[in-house]
Amino acid sequence: MTLTLGLTSLFLAFACALYASVAALIAGPRKLNAWIDSARNAAILTWPLLTLASLAVIIMLVQGQYQVEYVSDVSSLAMPWYLKVTALWGGQAGSLLFWSWLMSAFASAAMLRRWDRDRSLMPYVIAVSMITLAFFILLCLFVENPFRRLWLSQATGEVNPALFQPANSTLFTPQDGRGGNPLLRHPGMIIHPPMLYLGFVGFVVPYAFAVAALITGRTDDEWIRTTRRWTLVGWLFLSLGLILGGRWAYDVLGWGGYWGWDPVENAALLPWLTGTAFLHSVMIQEKRGMLKKWNMVLIILTYALVIFGTFLTRSGVLSSVHAFAQSAIGPLFFGFIGITFTISMSLLFWRWDSLASETQMDSLLSREAAFLLNNLLFLGIAFATLWGTIYPLISELVTGQKITVGPPYYNRVNGPLLAILVLLMGIAPLIAWRKASFKSLGKLMWIPAALTIPTLILFYFLGAAHPVALGAYAITAFVGYTTLSEFARGMVARMRLGENPLIALINLSARNRRRYGGYTIHLGVVVMAFGVIGSNLFQTETQATLAQGETLSIGGFTLRFDSVALFPTNDNREVTRATVTVFDSSGRLIAELHPRRDFFLDSGQPMTIPGVRSTFGEDFYVILVDWQPIGSTGATFKVYVNPLINLVWTGGLIFILGTLVATWPDADEEKRYAAAPASTLATAGAD
Amino acid sequence: MIQKSEIRSQKSEAVIAALLVALAVALVFAAPVFAQNGEPTDDEVNAVAKQLYCPVCENTPLDVCPTQACAQWRATIKEKLIAGWSEQQIKDYFVQQYGERVLAQPSTRGLNVLVWVLPPIGFLIGAAALAYYLQQLRNPAPSVVAAPASAPPTDDDDDYEKRLEEELAKRR
Repeated sequence: MTLTLGLTSLFLAFACALYASVAALIAGPRKLNAWIDSARNAAILTWPLLTLASLAVIIMLVQGQYQVEYVSDVSSLAMPWYLKVTALWGGQAGSLLFWSWLMSAFASAAMLRRWDRDRSLMPYVIAVSMITLAFFILLCLFVENPFRRLWLSQATGEVNPALFQPANSTLFTPQDGRGGNPLLRHPGMIIHPPMLYLGFVGFVVPYAFAVAALITGRTDDEWIRTTRRWTLVGWLFLSLGLILGGRWAYDVLGWGGYWGWDPVENAALLPWLTGTAFLHSVMIQEKRGMLKKWNMVLIILTYALVIFGTFLTRSGVLSSVHAFAQSAIGPLFFGFIGITFTISMSLLFWRWDSLASETQMDSLLSREAAFLLNNLLFLGIAFATLWGTIYPLISELVTGQKITVGPPYYNRVNGPLLAILVLLMGIAPLIAWRKASFKSLGKLMWIPAALTIPTLILFYFLGAAHPVALGAYAITAFVGYTTLSEFARGMVARMRLGENPLIALINLSARNRRRYGGYTIHLGVVVMAFGVIGSNLFQTETQATLAQGETLSIGGFTLRFDSVALFPTNDNREVTRATVTVFDSSGRLIAELHPRRDFFLDSGQPMTIPGVRSTFGEDFYVILVDWQPIGSTGATFKVYVNPLINLVWTGGLIFILGTLVATWPDADEEKRYAAAPASTLATAGAD
Repeated sequence: MIQKSEIRSQKSEAVIAALLVALAVALVFAAPVFAQNGEPTDDEVNAVAKQLYCPVCENTPLDVCPTQACAQWRATIKEKLIAGWSEQQIKDYFVQQYGERVLAQPSTRGLNVLVWVLPPIGFLIGAAALAYYLQQLRNPAPSVVAAPASAPPTDDDDDYEKRLEEELAKRR
């Protein structure tokens, strides 16, 4: 019953999405308003239909209907109810459905906005978002259907999944499910995929408007202004997804780090990189009427990378050519990316001449030029990352040899570009639009530069005597000071009004959310950069096998192995839990930690959970590597001391806070926007 | 029967003792690095393992891989270190056994040169295109309608601050 309802809803959603795209494309050029409205209604209808389909899967997961292939793959009796609910995105079929549901939510919300200003764009926005949605529902229906059931063939005795009952077979219901990947049973993993997917689908809306602008020839910056907040919302969730993913890796994967340049991580980073370039570059178009073509290229690239990222995060096909060839998903995704990319670029070339710049560049020392350099760096990093991610597949295809492109490659190639990017982040906001002078720039920079020197001396005496680290800290500190000085300049101006510093800061940020939200994000990046430099360049580690009561020492800490206990849990885990005591250099007891190894019996996978003692200065991070099963007398521990790692998370919080400030609706700005005729907006920048 | 077996066990004890002595002597001479406690520490093993990737898992460095197979590979590294192999020799051995995928980064031989060369080339092409674009904007072709004369360079032509200053002026 639930299954029939869900499957029917999914099918109807597919029909609605298809109908909406076709109707919109036919009615759009002919201005058949009744048909466009009908297409819009069909597009809005996809959301309740996909909600029903997703709810059906959730109900089957919670009820434990293990005759359904997806349910038995990703859940088990022993799982608590909330993990069963979130198992909706625990496997590939469910993830695709969940992605479609989020996509339809964004598309429906976009349909429900006020369209009086840009009605001519509407049919094509419907078409683009619904074609994207239809593609994902198609995968859900015909390739990875979450509603397939298991059937036992009477003739061969084999169990096969199928949507409808094959001849001579009966329904097969396993006693229990396989429970999915235990590594995903972590709060970070429960929130992380939805954030990432929200980020992905968020970027589809600006892309849809961009393509609509190309088709209709409304190539002013209306599409950018209309979608600015959508873009920021997408970007916010993508950033949040990346940060949570890092936290999850640190807490669960047990290798002492948070970012490993893994293909799956790169998949989420790539659209973030081009999306960030886009967020900066649109400001030039809004303010100066330049770079219209380039902004189109950026949003088209971002969309292609969003689809690529969705494909990578769930399929694991990049691991080998075989995995790629075995699933029909790979070719379909690449076909879809290829077709949408070609069509978008053709539209862009078709409109090439109408996208000419309205003004010209006045000086190489200007905010515009700085933004262009920013774009070059972001794209350079994105290119190197994409290349490193797909190269193993190319190598296997061409030479048959499997290779690994690991962190050393990315650190070497992206490291210098990232350093320049951070430096630029500090200088660019000080450079005036149109034309700046070195004199004025110098006036703004000398105080931050002067403050950087004592900061560096302080860092030197705190132990950061490494030349690379000092260079990196110099850049980061300088950028931190220039960003703070921008806040200070605005605050001082407001304090002349008699406001106290706090009120001045609040009013300043509230009156110009985009700008000071942006600076807050920059501050977040600075804080994160301090954490990244510290935890990468000054991480220390050691490993030793200890008998009960023995100790090991690292970085002024002493760890004593007290005991290890093995016990089963009622949710099918076998837990090995060690107890260790940590002392500081003066011999004072500072923590009792419990690193453990959980072995999941249903899926046969281990999970390493570190014991962490976290302070602002550093994390003391212990992993239980191995132990002697008989007598429980000895155990091997790996210990990391990660300096400043908490700045990564603190910086992440500041980053998100800044994005919220920049995204928060601004009633004044809306009013100004609604009152101004479209043509004057191009010059009255919002920055 | 009993005597025979006693003799045999005595013999084998002697053989084992001789072997152990030989091994100890060999270790002292062959592996002077570990002369102090006879075998490499876990940290010395991990220093090598860190540079290698698990041959069977996806993207997992050998020093942190939790699987049983990787524990055995770390044991292999330890054996090789005891046998006096250098870091490079061990890495070469792993490459020969399991292919180039065990290296954290590709070599610079053959097709793999592309991994290293393409990103900088791409970046340089991008930089050249940007430089060309800026040049074009600076010297627009005569046919392009000249843009309205831009404002004279000021120290700060920032909208927000202008508005702020105006507001301040009004209130004074």
